[in-house]
Amino acid sequence: MSSLWLGVIGSSIALFALRYLGYLVPEKFLTNPRMLRINTLIPIALLSALVGVQTLTEKGKWVIDQRLAGVAVALIALSLKAPYFVVVISAAVTSAVLYRL
Amino acid sequence: MSKVNRATATQSLSVSFAVGLYGIAFGAAGIAAGFSILQTCLLSLLTFSGASQFAVVGVMGAGGSALSGIATASLLGIRNTLYGLRMAPILQVRGWKKVVAAQVTIDESTGVAIGQEDLGIDAMKQGFWLTGIGVYVLWNFFTLLGALGAQAMGNPSAWGLDAAVPAAFLGLVWPRLLGSFERSLAVASLCLAIALSPFIPAGLPIILTALLAAVFGWRAR
Repeated sequence: MSSLWLGVIGSSIALFALRYLGYLVPEKFLTNPRMLRINTLIPIALLSALVGVQTLTEKGKWVIDQRLAGVAVALIALSLKAPYFVVVISAAVTSAVLYRL
Repeated sequence: MSKVNRATATQSLSVSFAVGLYGIAFGAAGIAAGFSILQTCLLSLLTFSGASQFAVVGVMGAGGSALSGIATASLLGIRNTLYGLRMAPILQVRGWKKVVAAQVTIDESTGVAIGQEDLGIDAMKQGFWLTGIGVYVLWNFFTLLGALGAQAMGNPSAWGLDAAVPAAFLGLVWPRLLGSFERSLAVASLCLAIALSPFIPAGLPIILTALLAAVFGWRAR
């Protein structure tokens, strides 16, 4: 099986297991305040890391290219409270224009 | 189930449509990362959790192993377990209905359900099911559309898809950056992951930032 298939199937199984678990265990588990706090912070860390790696690295090397400009425009759009779609499209358009120049 | 509350139905459907549309971005991201149309659509059908799906294609598209992709997706998916804990006593489901409920337990279905608290438990149930199934159907439809579109476009960079993916992540994390504490964690994670990238296998720099979250969260503010 290819690595991509393994990723697709593995993440599907993992996510279903995580979801189903919530319906199986009594509520008193997993409600430790420290664990709850860490759990709300994990997405912030992982998503921010993904932003950084996807913007400034390519195949394990630091790279500055049109993606940085695209993400900078997305950041501006977000600070102007633009809707999600405008944010993504503005980044894509900026990056595409610079790439084609 | 009793008569559907109009306000609940309206809210459920508008949330479903707004969120479902993002499926286009995911469909395109999957193709840009080198996944096939079938694989991209299966991620939406089976994994069905926006941030986790983007993480799988993001990590593996950058050369990360399947294990790194699955681990990142799982760390992002832990919150769904907590939603299940919250929804189980409200929904009181058994058998196959429990399986379906688990599959549509996401940020939005739980959020809308909790939002109906003042209208009573029936409205909460309706909000959960309408939003969960609504998002499921639309998210998958728009994933297919995005994947077909991206396939037709060819070179992802020429269409800006290479920047659209990190922008999509940025849009997901933005609403969570409520104060300087969260912003510090975000900046620290971003810098750590970039700094580590040339030195350890792809995917690991991202997973390791979960430790940073644990350090930040260990002490109460």
